[in-house]
Amino acid sequence: MITIAFYFFSILITLLFLVTVMSKNLLYAMTSLAAGMVLISGLFFMLGADFLGVVQLIVYVGAVMALYSFAMMFFDASRDIKERNGSSMLVFALGGAIALLLVAMFSAPIIGEGAVGLYASAEGATNPQAVGLVLFTKYLVPFEVAAVMLLVAMIAGIILAGKKMDVSLSTTEDESDITDDTQGGEK
Amino acid sequence: MIGLSHYLILSAILFSIGLVGVLRRRNLLMLFFATEIMLNAANIAFAAISSHYNDLSGQMFAFFIVAVAASEVAVGLGLLIVLHKKYGTLDLDNFTVMKG
Repeated sequence: MITIAFYFFSILITLLFLVTVMSKNLLYAMTSLAAGMVLISGLFFMLGADFLGVVQLIVYVGAVMALYSFAMMFFDASRDIKERNGSSMLVFALGGAIALLLVAMFSAPIIGEGAVGLYASAEGATNPQAVGLVLFTKYLVPFEVAAVMLLVAMIAGIILAGKKMDVSLSTTEDESDITDDTQGGEK
Repeated sequence: MIGLSHYLILSAILFSIGLVGVLRRRNLLMLFFATEIMLNAANIAFAAISSHYNDLSGQMFAFFIVAVAASEVAVGLGLLIVLHKKYGTLDLDNFTVMKG
């Protein structure tokens, strides 16, 4: 049963992420990325990391993808992306070589013998309880630092996106001092 | 039976898909999508190793990766909106000059 679920999830995730990487349409890419992230949370549930799966659903699919789709309102999403791809053979060769390197790196823990768990799950605790126990004792300082980092990112996002928000997009394009070749074929 | 190596190989495959995306795409938003794929692949590897060793450190690192990804998206999308307002396009080939 686990085997069927694993292969189902992994094949679907791989296909969806391939669509994300290869697609020419922005909306198709974003939708398949969101669907792949939902399926990745299924993998987390299979691994017993319940809380991580819920965080994946809420933060990635809920927040990050919603942020992308809000940002999509600023960009022209219906138009296909025209890209000038130089030597795709070189890219695929590089990607394949790095993939081989990665398989060697990622399979290193299978050979390694000395690795032992630092913070084992508490006995009889469910996964969210155990995560809370470790997060608020051993990882309290990184947790607070991450909170400050999120605050800084929020302020930076508001300031960057809110710049010239009172002027509409079409007027700023007319007023801006960009050269003609950079805005060729826009709107 | 599905073991640790299955998850790690899946994670490596997803990471290389994201890497091919980063190398291949010219659109900045597509580069962001490929970065998300790579971060998710790392998360899968962390969760698999955490479950294999019955150790919660991997899940902790995965949580912090999620936090880093969320803040990266917030700042990066703000920058993308500024760039799109300024140049009207998100193509990387137009951003070869660093004139402000």
